[in-house]
Amino acid sequence: MNGKNVNIVTALDVEKLCFSYGKKTALNQVSFSVRASECTILLGPNGAGKSTLFSLITRLYDSKQGKIELCEFDIKKQTRQALSRLGVVFQQTTLDMDLTVMQNLYYHTALHGIGRKLAKQRIQEELERLNMYERRSEKVRELNGGHKRRVEIARALLHKPSLLLLDEPTVGLDVPSRQSIVEHVHQLVSNHDLAVLWATHLIDEIFPEDQLIILHQGQIKAQGTIDDVLHTTNTSSIGGAFKQLTQGKKI
Amino acid sequence: MNLIHYWRAMWGIIGRELWRFVRQKERFVSALVRPLVWLFIFAAGFRATLGVAISPPYETYILYEVYITPGLVGMIQLFNGMQSSLSMVYDREMGSMRILMVCPLPRWFLLMSKLIAGVSVSILQVYVFLTIAWFYDIQAPWKGYLWVLPALILSGLMLGALGLLLSSFIKQLENFAGVMNFVIFPLFFMSTALYPLWKMKESSEFLHNLAFYNPFSQAVELIRFALYGEFNQYAFLCTLVAFIFFMIIAIWGYNPSKGMMMKKGGK
Repeated sequence: MNGKNVNIVTALDVEKLCFSYGKKTALNQVSFSVRASECTILLGPNGAGKSTLFSLITRLYDSKQGKIELCEFDIKKQTRQALSRLGVVFQQTTLDMDLTVMQNLYYHTALHGIGRKLAKQRIQEELERLNMYERRSEKVRELNGGHKRRVEIARALLHKPSLLLLDEPTVGLDVPSRQSIVEHVHQLVSNHDLAVLWATHLIDEIFPEDQLIILHQGQIKAQGTIDDVLHTTNTSSIGGAFKQLTQGKKI
Repeated sequence: MNLIHYWRAMWGIIGRELWRFVRQKERFVSALVRPLVWLFIFAAGFRATLGVAISPPYETYILYEVYITPGLVGMIQLFNGMQSSLSMVYDREMGSMRILMVCPLPRWFLLMSKLIAGVSVSILQVYVFLTIAWFYDIQAPWKGYLWVLPALILSGLMLGALGLLLSSFIKQLENFAGVMNFVIFPLFFMSTALYPLWKMKESSEFLHNLAFYNPFSQAVELIRFALYGEFNQYAFLCTLVAFIFFMIIAIWGYNPSKGMMMKKGGK
C-alpha cells in the first residue's frame, strides 16, 4: 500500500504546530509523536487546544505553520494516504440516529472503499469484540450512550488504521461504560500494535504504562512517561502534576 | 486509490441519503404536500384570473395548472437543494459531516457525491408529484416523462450546488431562516415558475429582466420544454454554467485552507 510500511513505528509526528483563531492563539509550537503500541494521553483542561489539535490532525482545519505527519505521510501534501491510516472517534456522536448499527458501519466501510464481503466480516469481528454484534440490527437511536460509543470505536477500526484518535470519548458516560471503553482501548494497543492518542481531562483514564502530554493554553507543559512527568514536576501524583502545570506555577 | 474505491464511496453516500429519506416519512410527505397545495389550491384559484396564451413549448391554450406544473417541479428541487444544504449545516454542527470529511477521498468528490445523492432524492419526489398530477389531468406526452429525466438531473445539480455553496457560507443553523427569506422566496417568485416572462414584461421591465437572468427560471424552462419533448438550448447552457459556477465556489468554500472553513477555523 503506497510503498510505505503499514506497521510503521511512528504513527503520528507533530512538529512546531501553531494555530490561532484571529488574534487568539490556540496552539503554540506544539511538537510530539505517537508510536505504535503506545497509548498517549493528551491531558488538558477545557480550552487547552485539544479539539483544535484534533481538527488539524484530521485536516478539518489547515495550519500554515508547523507539520503533521501520519505514518510518514504529510497531512497537507499526501492527505488521502495519511487519512487512510487514521481512525477517529469525535467528542460528539457522529452516528446516524435513524439508521441501524449495521447501516452506519456499512456506510463507513463504503467511504473507505471496502467491499461488501470483507466489510461484513470486519463488522462482525469488531462488534463481537465489543459485545455489540447481537444489537447490529437496532436503530442507533435505541442504544444508550455507552453502546453508541462502542459502535463508534468499532467503526473507527473497520479500515484497520495505524492511529486511533479519541476526543474525550467517555464524556457523559456512567462509570462502568467508561471503564469498559478505557480497558478495551488499552487492550487494542497492546494486542494490535495500534497507536492511540486519547484526549481527556479525566485523570482516572490513564494507565501506568501510558505516555502523557499535558497541554495548557495551547502549549505543551510536560510530556513523557508518567514517571518522567512526575519527576519533572516534582510531584507524587498525576493530579498534583496536572494542577501545578495548569495553574501556572513554576516547575 | 482506485476507481472501485470511488464507486463504492459514491454508492455508500447515495444509499445513506436514500435510506434516510425512506425512513423519514414526514420529510417525504411534506416535500409532496407543498407543491400539491400550490397545484390544487393556488393554481385552481388563479385559473379564472390568469389566462395563458399560446407560447412554446405549448401548442394550444393551456390551463394555469398545466403552466405551473414545471415550476412546481422546480420548486421541489429548489426546496430539496436547500434541505440538503440545511442538513449539511446541521451535520456540521452535530459532527457527522466530519466522518465524511475525514475519509481518504478528495473533498470535491465527496461534495459531488453528496450532491448526486440529494438529486436522486429530489427526482424520486418529482416523479411521485408528476404521477399525482397525471391523475389530476395534467398530462404531458409520455416521451416527456423520459426527456425530463436528464433535465431534472441538471437542474437538481444546479440547485443542489447552490445549496452546497450556501451551506459552506452559513456559520450556524439559526442563520438558515435568512436563506428562506433572501434566497428561496426571491428565486421562486422572481422566476417563470408562476408566470410567463412576457406577462411579467407587461407589468415591469425590471422584474422581467430579473426573472430572465434568474438561474432558477432557466432551470424551470429546461424542465418545461423537456416535459414536452423539446430541448431548450439556451436554458440548458444557462443551467449548466450556473451549476459549474456554484459548484466551484462550494468546493472552494469547503477547502480547509482557502474557503470558509478557514474563516470559521482560524489561521
